[in-house]
Amino acid sequence: MTSPQHLLADEVRVAYDRQVVLDGVTLSVARGETVGLRGPSGCGKSTLVRVLALLHRPDGGRVSIDGTPVTGVRYAVPVGLRTRVAVLFQSPRAAADPRLSLTDLIAEPLRAVRAPEPGVRERVAELADLVGLTPDLLTRRPHAVSDGQLQRACLARALVHRPDYLLCDEATAMLDASTQAHVAAVIAGYQRTRNAGVLVVTHDEALMDRWADRVVDLAGEVSAPAR
Amino acid sequence: MADLAARRPLLRPLRLRPRRAGAVTAGLVLVVAVAGTLLAPILWPLDQSAVALDQTRLAPSWGHLGGTDDLGRDVAHRAVYGLRVSLLVGAVAALVATVIGGLIGGIAGTLGGRVDRVLMRIVDTIAALPHLLLGIFIVAMLRPSLGAVIASVGLTHWLSTARIVRSELLSLRTRTFVDAAISGGAGRRRVLVRHLLPHVLPRLALATTLMIPHAVWHETALSFLGLGLPPHLASLGNMISDGEGSLLTGAWWASLVPGAVIVVVTLAIAVLAARWRDRLDPRVRAELHL
Repeated sequence: MTSPQHLLADEVRVAYDRQVVLDGVTLSVARGETVGLRGPSGCGKSTLVRVLALLHRPDGGRVSIDGTPVTGVRYAVPVGLRTRVAVLFQSPRAAADPRLSLTDLIAEPLRAVRAPEPGVRERVAELADLVGLTPDLLTRRPHAVSDGQLQRACLARALVHRPDYLLCDEATAMLDASTQAHVAAVIAGYQRTRNAGVLVVTHDEALMDRWADRVVDLAGEVSAPAR
Repeated sequence: MADLAARRPLLRPLRLRPRRAGAVTAGLVLVVAVAGTLLAPILWPLDQSAVALDQTRLAPSWGHLGGTDDLGRDVAHRAVYGLRVSLLVGAVAALVATVIGGLIGGIAGTLGGRVDRVLMRIVDTIAALPHLLLGIFIVAMLRPSLGAVIASVGLTHWLSTARIVRSELLSLRTRTFVDAAISGGAGRRRVLVRHLLPHVLPRLALATTLMIPHAVWHETALSFLGLGLPPHLASLGNMISDGEGSLLTGAWWASLVPGAVIVVVTLAIAVLAARWRDRLDPRVRAELHL
C-alpha cells in the first residue's frame, strides 16, 4: 500500500487553559487539492492552522505528513519535515521581522538551513519575479512598503523551500482586490506546478467558491463541494 | 511663527522645539563633562594629596572658581577629578550590571518555564532587600577601592535589567515573525541570535544608559558614608562629605559645587536617555513624527 499523499490532522484536540477550542477535529489536505476552511470567529480556525503548521502542540490527536506522523512541534520538528509545510499568515506586518529587508526576509528560511549563498540569491530573484516585487522594493524594510507588497514578500518566503503544503490563514484579508487576485493567482500557479496541497482560511465566500475544491466548516462536516 | 523666524534670523534658535532644546543642552553638558574629565590629567593635573593651609575656605573667585575647602584645596579642580571617578564607576558598574542582568534575563526569557520561575524568584528575593544596604555589605567585605565600589554598584543594580530583558524576550517569543522563522526551518539558536537579540539589544543599551546616573548616585552615597574611595582621593561623595563640616562656617561652596556637578551631569544623561527611549517607542514615535 502506498502511503497517503496528504497533510492530516487526526482527531485533534486543543484547549487553552480549560477552554476547549478544537475537540476531535479531523481535516486532511491532499496533494493538488485546495481546501477551504471557514467558521465563525473564535471557532479555532487559526489554532487548527497552527497545529497543521507544526507550531502548536495539540492536547490530543495526531498530525501526519504523507503518512509520516509528526511527534514534536516548533523546534523539535526535523527540518526536512518542517519545510514541507509553509504558512502564510494573516498580517504580513506581524509575520515580518521589522529589521530585515525584503531580500533578507525571503532568503531567511534558506539561510536558516545553510543553503549556499549564490543559490539563495538566485532563488530570491526568481521568487521576487514570481510574486511581482521589483528589485528596488527588495532593498526596503517592512516599514517602507505597503501591506500588499509585504504580503507578496511573505508569500515568496513561504514558497522558498518549495513546500508540498501551503496554509493560508486569512492571508488575503488585509489586501486590496487586485493584490488579492494576484496573490491568489500566484498560489494557484504554484499549486499546479508543484501539485501542492493548499488550505485556505477565509471569510470571503466569493474567493472561497472560486478557489476551493471543497469547503470545510469547522463544525466538522463538509458543507458544500464548491465545484 | 515659522514665518517670523524665517524673516528675522535672530529668532531662528527659537524654532528649536523645547524637547529638542533640552536634548541639545544635555548633549553639550555631557560632551563638556566627558571631554573635561578625559583631558583633565593633561590640561589640569592634580596632586591628590596636596594641601594649602594658608588658603583655606576661600570663597569662589576668578582664581578659585569653586572656592577652596578647609584644607585649601581648589573645589572646582577636585570636582573635575571627582566627576572623573564618578563617571568611570557609573559607566563600568552599569556595564557590569548589564552583563549580569542581560545573562540572567536572557536565560530566563529564552528557556522560560521552570528555569524562568526559579531565576525570577531569586531576582525578586534580592530586590526585596534595600540595595544601598546590600551595596554597603559588599564594600564592607572588600577593601575600600575603586574595584570594590564598582562591584558594590554593579552587583546590586542588575535586577531591573534582568527583568527588562526577560519580559522583552517573553513577549518577542510569541510574535508571529518568530513563528514564521520557525516555520521556515530556523533552529532555536538562529531564532535567538537573528530574531530575538537584535530587538532586545537597543533596550538593553538604553537600560545601561539609564543605569549610569543611578550608579553615579550610588557611588556618591557610598563615598559620602565613607565607604567609597580612600578619603584623600577626590570623589564627589568624599567632597560633599568633607564639605559638610565647612557648612557651619559659611563655606557652602565646598559641598554645593560637587553636589551641583553631580546633579547637572546625571540630569544630562537622564534627559538624553529619556529622549532615546521615546525614539525607540513606536507609539511615541508616531506622535513625534520621526
